[in-house]
Amino acid sequence: MIPLSYYLVLSAILFACGVTGFLIKRNIITIFMSIELMLNGVNLSFVAFAAHWHNLSGQVFVFFVMVVAAAEAAVGLAIIILITRNRQSLNVERVDLLKL
Amino acid sequence: MLHLILFSVFALVCVAGAVNLLVQKHPINSALSLIVVMGSLAVEYLLLGAEFVAAVQIIVYAGAIMVLFVFVIMLLNAGEEEQTEGSRVAWLLGIPGMLAVTVIICWALLLHSDMGTASLGALPGPPADIAQLLFHEFLLPFEVTSVLVLIAIMGAVVLAARSESAPEAKKEG
Repeated sequence: MIPLSYYLVLSAILFACGVTGFLIKRNIITIFMSIELMLNGVNLSFVAFAAHWHNLSGQVFVFFVMVVAAAEAAVGLAIIILITRNRQSLNVERVDLLKL
Repeated sequence: MLHLILFSVFALVCVAGAVNLLVQKHPINSALSLIVVMGSLAVEYLLLGAEFVAAVQIIVYAGAIMVLFVFVIMLLNAGEEEQTEGSRVAWLLGIPGMLAVTVIICWALLLHSDMGTASLGALPGPPADIAQLLFHEFLLPFEVTSVLVLIAIMGAVVLAARSESAPEAKKEG
C-alpha cells in the first residue's frame, strides 16, 4: 500500500524538472520536451487522485490532456520547423523579433 | 511491500530520466531520456490500476509524440545547444528557485501524509467503464477534442505547405 502523497511528490518533482528545463534550456526542441514533462507530471497526479477518490473521471481527464498534448506537439513541431528554416538556428535567443 | 519496491524503483528511474533530460546537451539524448520517463510513468499507472491510461501512455506518448520529436530532431539535424549569457542567468536563478519550490511542496505533502493510501487494483479502470464515462458524461468535451484535433491537423498542414512554397516565392521575387 503506497501513500498517496508519494505519488504527489513524484508528480511535483517531475513538474519542477519540467519548469527548470523550460527556464534553463536554450534549444527550442528541448524546451518543448520540458513542456511534455510537465504535462506528464500533472497526469500522474490526476491518476493518483482518481485512484484515491475511486472516481474514474480523473482517468478521462488524462485522456483529454493527452489529446491536447498530441495536438500541441503536431502544431508546435511544425512551427519549430518554420522557425528553424527562417533563422537557421534552434536557439531561442535568435528568435527576438518582438524584443525591444 | 512489493508495490512499494516497484513504486520506488520506477520512481527513481523516472526522476533520473527527468534530471538526465536537463543535464544532456544534445536534444536526441534528451528525447531518449524523456521516453524512459514516459515508460516508467506507465508502470506507475499500472501500479495505480489504470491499465487504459498506461496503454495510452505507451502508445500515444512514447509511440506517437516522441517519434514525432525524434523525426524533427533528425530532420533539422539539431546539434548541441550553445551556451549564452541568458542561459547562465537562468541556470543561476532557475535551479535554486525550482529546488526551493520542490522542497517546499514535498515537505508540505509529506507533512500531511494522512491522505490515505492508493493500492494496486484499488480502482480497476477497465476500458469499458472509461468508455461509459467518456461517451455519456463527457460526450460534449470528447466531441470538442475532435474539433481541436481537426484544427491541429489543418494548422500543421498549412504550416508545412507554407514552408515548401516559401523558397519558390523567394526565387520568383
